[in-house]
Amino acid sequence: MSGIDREIVCIVCPTGCRIRVSGADRQQLTVRGNECKRGEEYALKEISDPRRTLITTVRIDHAPLRRLPVRTNREIPKQSIFPCMEVINRVRVEAPVEIGQVIIPNVLGTGADVVATRSMGRGARPGGPAQGGPP
Amino acid sequence: MNRFDIVVIGGGPAGMAAAVAAREAGAEDILLIERDRELGGILQQCIHNGFGLHRFKEDLTGPEFAERYIRRVEELDIPRKLDTTVLEITEDREVLYINAEEGVRTVSAGAIILAMGCRERSRGAINIPGSRPAGVFTAGTAQRLINIEGYMVGRRIMMLGTGDIGLIMARRLTLEGAKVIAVLARKPYPGGLTRNVVQCLYDYDIPLLLRHTIVEILGKDRVRGVLVAETDENSRPISGSEELYECDTVILSVGLIPENELSLSAGVKLDSHTGGPIVDESRQTSVAGIYACGNVVHVHDLVDYVVEESEIAGKGAAGFVLGSVAVGTEKMRPEDRKGAPVHLLPGEGLKYVVPQRVRGIDGEDSLDLYLRVNRVYGKSSLEVKLGGEIIKRVKRLRMSPGEMERLRLNKGVMEKINGSDLIVEAAEVNG
Repeated sequence: MSGIDREIVCIVCPTGCRIRVSGADRQQLTVRGNECKRGEEYALKEISDPRRTLITTVRIDHAPLRRLPVRTNREIPKQSIFPCMEVINRVRVEAPVEIGQVIIPNVLGTGADVVATRSMGRGARPGGPAQGGPP
Repeated sequence: MNRFDIVVIGGGPAGMAAAVAAREAGAEDILLIERDRELGGILQQCIHNGFGLHRFKEDLTGPEFAERYIRRVEELDIPRKLDTTVLEITEDREVLYINAEEGVRTVSAGAIILAMGCRERSRGAINIPGSRPAGVFTAGTAQRLINIEGYMVGRRIMMLGTGDIGLIMARRLTLEGAKVIAVLARKPYPGGLTRNVVQCLYDYDIPLLLRHTIVEILGKDRVRGVLVAETDENSRPISGSEELYECDTVILSVGLIPENELSLSAGVKLDSHTGGPIVDESRQTSVAGIYACGNVVHVHDLVDYVVEESEIAGKGAAGFVLGSVAVGTEKMRPEDRKGAPVHLLPGEGLKYVVPQRVRGIDGEDSLDLYLRVNRVYGKSSLEVKLGGEIIKRVKRLRMSPGEMERLRLNKGVMEKINGSDLIVEAAEVNG
């Protein structure tokens, strides 16, 4: 197995330290360039288990807008982002929706639910269906 | 003519926070005017997270942040007009608006709070040569089309500019299946927040080309490519360095301009450094009784500071209205009760400082200055000078034009303020 040598820009605070993480394997990593302890934690987490909150939209029917914004209610592994997008893009929800409502429970077994990030009532789109637009 | 104590123009985060703060400070009779079909402003299309870290100690999305304030406005039952556009305001605080139900109407206001936000600079504002094909969008327009209307704007994208919305849209477009060929920054540093550069570009391996710009847009009906050139130390394109990139879409994230047409109609004086009204510490503009807050005053990078500033304006407007009621028919303006305002000026290294004026400080414990530096600083300090003497100095590890700085002057410092102007400067610190 090849060694690890990566530069990570820390986003814990606006200082933006460039942190170098290197070592022969994951058990023996050296962290350099961080100005505080939080930077070291962040950099090691980025190497061992990088996670992100996934935020996107789903289709919504019988609502004044065509898309409902959603998010995962916890961070998911970075490599699950695109597979999760495929699942989310197949979903269609029906208005009304309340903020926090679960749209997809435990998406792709990540342990995170996809939830609505706003409330949206039932109603016609302004201008009506004659206006056309995407399905 | 109907009369309201306070008319708030704009139902985004600034307008909502100002209206809520004004009500909480005792102003009963408030009208909130919003041109969209719902409250929330641009937050409704900013579906990404990163909002509310300071205000709520939570990592909220734009719509989640907006909904908290919408609920507060509803709880307080603050009257609002949606789908209503303000056409003009006057120096004596009349507000001319239009909507489909009432037509054109005028109301008079004890105080007005300007909270119209900002708008994007477009292709015309930066004069990119070339043909005029379809497929050139500002980042905010692309954001609205994708996140609210459900339209995809293109497949192969070239992005010019590194404002936060642009960075966020580079990620969003990638998630939705587009290929972002590169993000170009004319300057040697990106304009947006570091965390957005990292989480939006690095995460998705989107190339960031510093010191590059678009010198020509190609294509007849639809964009088919762009000519990209390197830029010199003055950010000017270097002749002979042009390279052709094929793409079907150009997205511009080249800055925001405070939206002040209404302010000008009332004779409100603007600051050439911010593009927004000159305000005092209560966010009162140069016209008595007209207050301003949020991105109409200066472009903020965090909504948390927008609502903070808007609460100051809401409280200020409430004080103006309630104070003038107490004095009777002869309106007594807060500045009449205090000394002449002291000017706050951006000195060496600063792009701007807000507020630009400080009047009396009676009862105020501290004053927060919002400011931006004009270049990237390493270890450095911010200094407030009064007649050559430094009355406040704070250290910073790093400062960048992309990140607004906040500097608090406490009561001890405030008490030193006399009639002289205050100058705020940035300086590199060695060692």
